[in-house]
Amino acid sequence: MKPTDISDPDYFHRVVDCQWACPAHTDVPQYIRLIAQGRFADAYMLNRESNVFPGILGRVCDRPCEPACRRGRVDEKPVAICRLKRVAADLKGDITQRLPPIPGQKNGKRIACIGAGCASLTVANDLLPLGYEVVMFEKQHEPGGLMRTNIPAFRLPAEVLGEEIRLITDMGVDLRLNAPIASMKSLLAQGFDAVFVGSGAPRGKNLEIPGRYDDAAHVHIGIDWLESVAFGHINAIGRQVLIIGAGNTAMDCCRSSLRLGAADVKVMARKPLTLLKASDWEMEEALEESVEIIQCHAPREFVIENGRIRGMNFERLEYHEEDGKLQSRKLGEKFFPADDIILAIGQENAFPWIERDIGLEFDQWDVPLVDKKTMQSTRPGVFFGGDAAFGPENIIWAVEHGHQAAISIHKYCHGEDVGVRPPFAVNLTSTKMGIHEWSYSNSFDTSVRRLVPHVSLKERFKKISIEVELGFTAEQTQVEVERCLNCDIQTVFFAPKCIECDACIDVCPTACLTITHNGEEDDLRARLKAPADNRKQPLFVSESLKQTGRVMVKDEDQCVHCGLCAERCPTAAWDMQKSSVKIPYASDELAGTAQPPQRRRA
Amino acid sequence: MSFMQKPRVIHSKLPKNELGLTTRDYEGSMSTLCAGCGHDSITAALIQAFWELNIEPYKVAKMSGIGCSSKTPAYFLEEAHGINAVHGRMPSIATGANAADRNLYYLGVSGDGDSLSIGFGQFAHALRRNINMLYIIENNGVYGLTKGQFSASADVGSKAKKGEVNQQPPIDPVIAALTLGGSFVARSFSGDKGQLVPLIKAGIMHNGFALLDVLSPCVTFNDHEDSTKSYAHTRQFYHPAVHADFVPQKKPIRAAYENGEAMPVELHDGSTVVLRKVSKDYNPTNRAHAYSYLHEHQKRGEIVTGLLYIDEDQREMHDISNTVSEALRDLPYAELCPGSAALEEIQNLYR
Repeated sequence: MKPTDISDPDYFHRVVDCQWACPAHTDVPQYIRLIAQGRFADAYMLNRESNVFPGILGRVCDRPCEPACRRGRVDEKPVAICRLKRVAADLKGDITQRLPPIPGQKNGKRIACIGAGCASLTVANDLLPLGYEVVMFEKQHEPGGLMRTNIPAFRLPAEVLGEEIRLITDMGVDLRLNAPIASMKSLLAQGFDAVFVGSGAPRGKNLEIPGRYDDAAHVHIGIDWLESVAFGHINAIGRQVLIIGAGNTAMDCCRSSLRLGAADVKVMARKPLTLLKASDWEMEEALEESVEIIQCHAPREFVIENGRIRGMNFERLEYHEEDGKLQSRKLGEKFFPADDIILAIGQENAFPWIERDIGLEFDQWDVPLVDKKTMQSTRPGVFFGGDAAFGPENIIWAVEHGHQAAISIHKYCHGEDVGVRPPFAVNLTSTKMGIHEWSYSNSFDTSVRRLVPHVSLKERFKKISIEVELGFTAEQTQVEVERCLNCDIQTVFFAPKCIECDACIDVCPTACLTITHNGEEDDLRARLKAPADNRKQPLFVSESLKQTGRVMVKDEDQCVHCGLCAERCPTAAWDMQKSSVKIPYASDELAGTAQPPQRRRA
Repeated sequence: MSFMQKPRVIHSKLPKNELGLTTRDYEGSMSTLCAGCGHDSITAALIQAFWELNIEPYKVAKMSGIGCSSKTPAYFLEEAHGINAVHGRMPSIATGANAADRNLYYLGVSGDGDSLSIGFGQFAHALRRNINMLYIIENNGVYGLTKGQFSASADVGSKAKKGEVNQQPPIDPVIAALTLGGSFVARSFSGDKGQLVPLIKAGIMHNGFALLDVLSPCVTFNDHEDSTKSYAHTRQFYHPAVHADFVPQKKPIRAAYENGEAMPVELHDGSTVVLRKVSKDYNPTNRAHAYSYLHEHQKRGEIVTGLLYIDEDQREMHDISNTVSEALRDLPYAELCPGSAALEEIQNLYR
């Protein structure tokens, strides 16, 4: 293999599994260290830089970082990254003074954002400090989009949502509530310099099977029903409820039903439990509340008696694998009684209000063509983001779309090529403080993952607005932060200094290091000290070593970043260096005349 | 030295041996030696060897004297027995322990100071008695614990860190062992685990005294340019003569050995050491030949390594003394101490 190029910003970024997995590249290890030091406001601001809504995401993020966490590979359970984010948000205090200043002198560019959800808010957050005017159109009477309408208050309290939205709207968003856009053409005629579509995926999928409309008052579309619950239009439901579908919306529907008076709630899944779409923790929380999840049942017909719904007939299925594909076989039918049925089988974006003759192209599924990098549609100056761009994803993806769209809008408004993206960079700083002293907590803490406390089952159903998760206690936080392996403190190797004494290899607790003769990757992986079969993790290969011409190979997979290789190295060929990934934002762009304001970093 | 202990976390796929143990189960406490010390590599090689041999740590007795080398038994096989003896007196204490319980695996860890200066007499007698043990000399040519004075193994012309030149001829433990009747004589280098680990395994399984002289650079006092025991010098003049592969008794030896290039030697317990000769003209079963080969290459400044001499038929101490096969602690009291009548009888034999 060729020597690894550690100047490539992606190499060390990739070692920080959580940050690499996060769509918005949140600097997780650094904010966890700040929490460990009790610097909650600093931790919050660092979070806010990349993910904009730490308080919201600290509760309801899809957390792609956690399955990626290295701790999960050496110790079963990953660090509770999401819960720690919430700690920073809950304890941050007042941070309004630390937000970027909004220039009094505007730059003369007006941007329209359609929808006041997380994507549009991110665009506003990135562009307002640069002197843009942002006009935001929202069809509801409150901003927040799907975060407000689709996430029940017992998971995301309205105050938390309201606070983080206000931080942005107070920057000077021209927010037009109760203002649905009926025509893209007429909006474009208003002369905005750019338009951002962040209207979400607001159409819940329907289930066209017999009996669907015979008692329509008791058959609900999941996301519409959640919206009505959120705005208080619905405050009761029948005793027996069936939820059709088993994604995260289904979990929110079943738990909301319990709070509106249902006593017997079943989630009906077509697929086996192991293949359900809902996140593990959302299912766990539903099960904790005695929701039944029934697997391998496909809806066949609504059963109606005397114009009133009685329940539903299902086909019982059995699954087996055939040629690597999952095949089902019918086993018979089964009836489940119900007073109300909620359909939570997916949602899609819909644009009845966009004319098809304005140079904005749609594909065969009626989805707009949007560039994945620039977020620009086929009509220059019109950008998409969030669920509106590529269908339902999650909040953290919408935030990242917002950041990218803001960069594009900034470039577009100043006549620059939106396809030329600002580069990532990585900065390395030694953490050496003394002979065996580092500026990070390098010893491995054997504690297991802390469990976040919940409001008791007796209490939590009293009101729909009672938040179930209580957040970590101070003691739990103190333990959980130490579980982080500091993957951003990199093992940096300088081959010319190595005398091949094997000290690092002998001391490495997880057998990551090997000195051997070079070879192709497959061959090398087979010759390392511990099995190196996780190909998602890179190998570091050094230049040839001075004395024998062999190479130092490090399998990044299970390194716990304890720094012992560097402590036991007699020649300081190894050093533990903090890598900071420089993530580009609109404010870093020198587009046009706008002066980049000082970005504050925690 | 590092202040923290080595984290207890292990690689999730670290292989296990037949006992279900990983190499981590063969470790001891964290080394307090200088970073980069060759001795730590030998410690790692010992861990690897005992793990590969599937020996339960509690069946091992670690013996050592005084010096950097003699501290190392604390860093491996935590659950093994051990005695840290007075300077240079480890061989006699190992002899006593071995006499009392011959069923443990004995491992002596000593240094060039402990064995070739203060303990040279003890070392010689343990050798000629052919005590069943592996005796490792972690050889770095200096007294590390007392700030790097020349030891008895320092080569003529080798310079100390501050520039003094050694003028006294060295004692070569390998040549000494050959002349004193050693039954297993080997040399290796801490920086070459590929050679060292099989030699340790063969030495543990050898029935008799196995001397293993391991060049183990002292990074603090003897790893500079004019040293003849540095990493760089050793690698430059490294001359492996015979490579030893250890084959445990259960595994059949598959390869056919031609032209006398490889030579299987069966050990007492049925396992085999296959000697692969790098130099065709080398004969590791001929003491006189080994001796002259070493002399010849030494003159050229070469460091001859490998399993240089082996005689598996030489009788060890217990065979010569005709002692019981059990450990003394396993004998019934009446047999171990047959009483004054029996003593009287023995004394009568000498009257």
